[in-house]
Amino acid sequence: MTATAIPRGMPQYDDVPRYDVERVRADFPILAREVNGHRMVYLDSGNTSQKPRVVIDAMREHLERHNGNVSRSVHTVGTEATEAYEGARVKVAAFIGAPTPDEVVFVKNATEAINLVAYGFLSSSLDVAGDPRFRLRPGDEIVISEMEHHSNIVPWQLLCERTGARLRWFRVTDAGRLDLSDLDTLINERTRLVSYALVSNVLGTVNPTSAVTKRAREVGALVLFDGSQAVPQLPVDVTDIDADFLAFTGHKMCGPTGIGVLWGRSELLAALPPFLGGGSMIETVTLERSTFAPAPAKFEAGTPPITEAVGLGAAVDYLSGVGMRAIQWHEKELAAYALDALATVPGLRLFGPRTAVGRVGTLSFDLPGIHPHDVGQVLDSLGVQVRVGHHCARPLCVRYEVPAMTRASFYLYTTFAEVDALVDGLARVRKVFA
Amino acid sequence: MQIDQLYQEIILDHYKHPHGRGLREPFAGEAHHVNPTCGDEVTVRVALDGDELSDISYDGQGCSISQASASVLHELLRGRSTSDALAAHEAFVELMGGRGQVEPDEAVLGDGVAFAGVARYPARVKCALLPWMAFKDATARAVDASSEEVAR
Repeated sequence: MTATAIPRGMPQYDDVPRYDVERVRADFPILAREVNGHRMVYLDSGNTSQKPRVVIDAMREHLERHNGNVSRSVHTVGTEATEAYEGARVKVAAFIGAPTPDEVVFVKNATEAINLVAYGFLSSSLDVAGDPRFRLRPGDEIVISEMEHHSNIVPWQLLCERTGARLRWFRVTDAGRLDLSDLDTLINERTRLVSYALVSNVLGTVNPTSAVTKRAREVGALVLFDGSQAVPQLPVDVTDIDADFLAFTGHKMCGPTGIGVLWGRSELLAALPPFLGGGSMIETVTLERSTFAPAPAKFEAGTPPITEAVGLGAAVDYLSGVGMRAIQWHEKELAAYALDALATVPGLRLFGPRTAVGRVGTLSFDLPGIHPHDVGQVLDSLGVQVRVGHHCARPLCVRYEVPAMTRASFYLYTTFAEVDALVDGLARVRKVFA
Repeated sequence: MQIDQLYQEIILDHYKHPHGRGLREPFAGEAHHVNPTCGDEVTVRVALDGDELSDISYDGQGCSISQASASVLHELLRGRSTSDALAAHEAFVELMGGRGQVEPDEAVLGDGVAFAGVARYPARVKCALLPWMAFKDATARAVDASSEEVAR
């Protein structure tokens, strides 16, 4: 990166919180392994992140010492498990700036979080007495974007098919930014919900929020943010971004698979109908009907992912310990370095922002004439782990007229040397398919 | 695992210089298959002259494995009888499902033996099979169509 002299009195580079990446790497046991005879270069954290030892240990410790079911036992381990589970909720709430832990609903993953909201809309739409904020009628509109992951497209398509509402979307510019030029017509009096990603899983773009939430408030639409790629990468505060709902997943932020989060404003969670019915989510049950517990329990039917919640709590502690500002800055430096480095690869076409501003360290690209599957396979033979395919964002591939892309995604443990390994690997790819 | 076992010279050759590529008329049956995990796609057409596969034409986009596999299929099965071709199809599917434990018979599979290495890469087996599955569907449709013709 070019070092630019910053005038005195302005924030200097040295003011940015930093950490020793080698010390961070030592916390992740898997990073020491080899793949195909090479030190593993893991550049697929946007897919799933690796887990630090503290997370693995917290989960093992919980299972070895405190395992019991939650919210229903008077015995000691049941009480300990409940405390651990609810303790994780408190940690997650603090991590995203939620006013109260009761606004944090534990689900399976971000996909389930989004579906929970979509099914809440559906239930309300089928009920004449349904809350008007969630009631869709033919002609109502839901707005998403062209850069969404399938998990933030398909639930809304299904909801629209079932209610007669219409699905609309923000376009994406050639430079990989959200196109807000038609904001005022796209979000209008018919719009009931706006749902898009804070950070694109393909382009790495950090999307703007204030212009959109301001317009959504004007027309009385709700706003859901998919934070799957944002919450792991940069500080996210639900009050700052003025969200109504925020969905994200544990396994991309150093936590385990099997646990995700839906955060929602208290008054909205109170009004939203339940999603799955079952134990733990009720107030009282007769054979004819039931009444429901207040949120978050209303949305947590059945035995929840207890051990996973403990793991996620440990992950949040770990990330906070390193510092989200520092992680964000580390990624920014990596992105700047990688953008320069990838520009040296002949013919490489990068999708998404070309500057390390308003983007994270997720870089998708195409090598003309070489299919991403082949790129990924040759890189794997060198120990370099990247994602190939359409990244569950097929409309975005269609937008850029490619069947698939290769994606390298960085995280707090990624090093500059690993970026070099990627670039060296791409030279080898070009040699094989020359 | 050695990457050369996967990207055999024969496979790269078929990929860079595909045989018989392009969709041709007339044809008796056609099938379009996609691999939803990666977006690879292929369309296969077969033309019948009696029981003989007088032409197998194809088009598609995808990785070297899927596209080379279509080229090999064309080369190997064009001019064969349908039963002969389906026997080779079966042998290829068996090879791909063998996790590298099946010894391919060059007399049956021709250049298809080069795909033996692919069977060791579970993520890529679907790529190799894509055109073969489309071929099987296209042939079934062609045979159905011709038997309807006879019944009429």
